[in-house]
Amino acid sequence: MSVEQTLRDYILENYLFTDDQSELNSADSFMGKGILDSTGIMEIIFFIEEQFNIKVEDEEMVPENLDSVNNLVAFIAKKSG
Amino acid sequence: MCGIGGLISDSTLAIPIEECARRIASTLRHRGPDSAGYYKDETTLLVHTRLSIIDLAGGMQPIHNEDKTIWVIFNGEIYNFVELRETLEQKGHRFYTKSDTEVLVHLYEEYGELFVNHLNGQFAICLWDTIQQKAMLVRDRVGIAPLFYQDTTDGLFFASEVKAILSAQNTTAELDLEALDQLLTFWAPISPRTIFKGVSEVSPGTYVVWQRGKALRKEQYWDLRYPLDGNFTADSESVAAERVHDILLDATKIRLRSDVPVAAYLSGGLDSSILVSMIHNFTENQLTTFSLGFADKDMDEAPYQQRVVDHFDTDHKSIQCQDEMIATHFLDSLWHIESPIIRTAPIPMGVLSGLVRSSDYKVVLTGEGADEVFGGYDLFKETKLREFWSRNPDSSWRPLLINRLYPYLNLSEGRANQFLQGFFGGGVSNPQAPLFSHLPRMTSTSQIKRFYSQDTIAKLREDGAANAMIDSLPGQFQHWQLFNKAQYIETKSLMGGYLLSSQGDRMLMRNSVEGRFPFLDHRLMEYANTLSPALKMKVLNEKYILKKAAGHYLPAEIVNRYKQPYRAPNIPSFFSGDTPDYVHDLLDPSKVNKNGYFDGKKVSLLVKKIRAGRAVGYKDNMALISILSTQVWHELFNAKFSSHVDALQSHVPIQVQ
Repeated sequence: MSVEQTLRDYILENYLFTDDQSELNSADSFMGKGILDSTGIMEIIFFIEEQFNIKVEDEEMVPENLDSVNNLVAFIAKKSG
Repeated sequence: MCGIGGLISDSTLAIPIEECARRIASTLRHRGPDSAGYYKDETTLLVHTRLSIIDLAGGMQPIHNEDKTIWVIFNGEIYNFVELRETLEQKGHRFYTKSDTEVLVHLYEEYGELFVNHLNGQFAICLWDTIQQKAMLVRDRVGIAPLFYQDTTDGLFFASEVKAILSAQNTTAELDLEALDQLLTFWAPISPRTIFKGVSEVSPGTYVVWQRGKALRKEQYWDLRYPLDGNFTADSESVAAERVHDILLDATKIRLRSDVPVAAYLSGGLDSSILVSMIHNFTENQLTTFSLGFADKDMDEAPYQQRVVDHFDTDHKSIQCQDEMIATHFLDSLWHIESPIIRTAPIPMGVLSGLVRSSDYKVVLTGEGADEVFGGYDLFKETKLREFWSRNPDSSWRPLLINRLYPYLNLSEGRANQFLQGFFGGGVSNPQAPLFSHLPRMTSTSQIKRFYSQDTIAKLREDGAANAMIDSLPGQFQHWQLFNKAQYIETKSLMGGYLLSSQGDRMLMRNSVEGRFPFLDHRLMEYANTLSPALKMKVLNEKYILKKAAGHYLPAEIVNRYKQPYRAPNIPSFFSGDTPDYVHDLLDPSKVNKNGYFDGKKVSLLVKKIRAGRAVGYKDNMALISILSTQVWHELFNAKFSSHVDALQSHVPIQVQ
């Protein structure tokens, strides 16, 4: 499964409580749309660290890296590359 | 407090009166276990269950005037009844009891409907004028005492709790979806709407008039009013502090009037500690205080409570709330609350009132209301900061002030703006919007609506709750300062609809304990409303004028402590140990779908997340408690209501007056 699809499924199941793919746009801002609260952002960090075997540094915890599926995909690609 | 209920009809009562009286009395017995009485004529039934507090021997209700043409049943307290009685006696009225209730019939004879303006207290009243064939249902200014009614073809049913109205008609409840949508936005339906379809509450500060052959009429006799266009009192800070002190002291003293001993709740915060200090310093009472503790250090305030107890040498009793207590008492608490709830915080308050009752007290003073009257909540700080930010929305450093309010967010420049735009619902662009102060809370609470079923979504209008709130605001609202607007909405929604009812009256009266609220004395509210917001919140120092007025009575660490919101454990109560059977049953997708409010599949994914230990945020906690309590509500008041009522139909001794 692609990184994007893995992330989408995780967000849909755990934060939108559905498997309906149409409920999430990969460009949606998690904070702006109320999909995640501040603890949700922490949970996402735990998830990608475990799932993709990367380490998120403090200074990387910014919305440009974490606030949408697209941002996460780009961030994970950069970290893994 | 007591319980009242009854029926007024245009024609001869069609239903069996004795049975109807018994049903009302038995469903309200917890509110008044000491005795029950009723009045009836051909078209009218008035039922009263009594908790004896004043005139223990003579205060049986219903009570009448000299010639028995005016009758009253009453739940609550009239604190200025001594003064009112003196005036009425000078005018020639004769009294046959020593109770506060009796002043009501004579005041009505003297002043007609406007008698309500003379009352200082907390009350739900039904007054029946047999000559004019007119009934008044009256509720106190802020809604401390509950009162509901339903206009039907059989007549006007009314009662302190909705279960008595349903039981009197031998029917079950239907959930009002618009009310649920409002509750999942503002924590409570917007008055007079209730979660029960067809049942209204008498709104705080309002009375409803029924008169034979005429349409039902509603009159608002009181509301919160703030100075227009910033025209606040010219009183200096020291004069204002002195006046707040003197009014609060009198408000506290008159609330100690009682023929039974009065105790006090002590949270360990500023407000209840001030009340304790005033009772200690200005009265002869040897005060007993009651507190709640929690195992979770983040919720527990026991060290502060102990500090106040030591300082004022009160006779102190406390109870530690364990997680499983909440799951154990969830069902019986909701029977009393009669509404879905977003958090479990009311339930420990019911445990605490149980301790009061088992310690042989039936009256407690509480600090409730101070945060609304003097601007104590974080919401008021947040509003002030967001307004400041909105003056220059592109500023990168203005939102950093939020760090002072939420230091744990640990925001640095650069990431702050985008993060906070999301966190605060993006609502900094228009401080003129009527609901500006409440947008962040509305946005976060509304996340629960993700779990709505398709059917629920189809029946509701988008922004219906917000629009209903805007429609409920008074005409002069737009001329008030933002801080006062926030106070108004907070008092009307969260305080009236939730803190005083779900977490207040219902959790007190389930154990036949009466709460009294000095900070909600209307004289204090009216004076506080004339004060500039700068005196209530000096920069970000909340309740500044109250601290000036009475802070010097308290140990400094109580005045200067970090203000801790009262909270109780939510998800862990139900899932950290053995999950009770009713939780499994009511959250089962088939049961969720059958009731139809929420989507069974989404709820099952929430439960799966909880079981995996991954549900820790406030959103998941609010969702679980809201969904579970709605399911319980349906079970209690729709699916199995008649069996619950039947269980209460023990022999209640009841006397005709």
